[in-house]
Amino acid sequence: MDFKIISIIGAVIAVSIGSIGPALAEGRSVAAAMDAIARQPEAAGTISRTLFVGLAMIETMAIYCLVVGLLLLFANPYAG
Amino acid sequence: MESSPLTSTPLFHLGPVAITTPVVTTWAIMIVLAVICRLLTRRLAMMPDARQAVLEAIVSGIASQIEDVIRKDARPFLPLLGTLFIFLVVANLSGILPGVQAPTSKIETPAALALIVFFSVHYFGIRARGWRGYLASFAEPKLIMLPLNILSEITRTFSLMVRLFGNVMSGGFVVGLVLALAGLFVPIPLMVLEILVGIVQAYIFTILATVFIGAAVGSVESA
Repeated sequence: MDFKIISIIGAVIAVSIGSIGPALAEGRSVAAAMDAIARQPEAAGTISRTLFVGLAMIETMAIYCLVVGLLLLFANPYAG
Repeated sequence: MESSPLTSTPLFHLGPVAITTPVVTTWAIMIVLAVICRLLTRRLAMMPDARQAVLEAIVSGIASQIEDVIRKDARPFLPLLGTLFIFLVVANLSGILPGVQAPTSKIETPAALALIVFFSVHYFGIRARGWRGYLASFAEPKLIMLPLNILSEITRTFSLMVRLFGNVMSGGFVVGLVLALAGLFVPIPLMVLEILVGIVQAYIFTILATVFIGAAVGSVESA
């Protein structure tokens, strides 16, 4: 197979599979934060700030996959 | 493959230094922000008028956010973190303007900002605890954690850079793709989403920098 096509398939697999885990994790954390805010509305400020920091940490994994995809497409070290 | 988001073409050369578009945009934003701040803070009075009241609300809002995270007086950290937040909001939103590309959507600007955060964390940590205390904090739970703590310093700076770059860049990228596929006016909802993402990412970058500095200063648990 052509080298370019293999790179494209690799990038697609990296992004598509790599975003499943963070998506599930972000859904769980937002649901937990909603639950906590519904129980304790006066703590909404602290909860949502912690939620944002936690979401950023979770999202990092998906962004690493994006970076791998970008590197494969645009800055492939093995391209001839 | 000419429009790679990882590289940027030089606009013109200043001696041996190549000047690219993000550099020019960054300097334009810096000049605009500096001029606006100079004009807005020219006549400060004890009894604030509407303009000064808005300014005070912004500054004290950022200060109270910092105080909530660090649990100390925000004044030493306010210049760095407040400037970071305001610059990031303006830089992320500047991609909305026609003909302007957000400087944070190229990897150099987030890299520079993350390096600023990296060095200022150590600066504030050493200033708050002294050399010995700060270096000892790397071996904190047990000495065996030392390599992991040093590694996490590097990886969290890297992820700070990549998070900002990835979010802002992919926003512009998606708008461009939808524009090419579907045509005019279709990507407008995506641009609205991009405004939200830009502000949220500026907030996240600033709050993470605050958490890192707070951990180095030694008042919150390490993130």
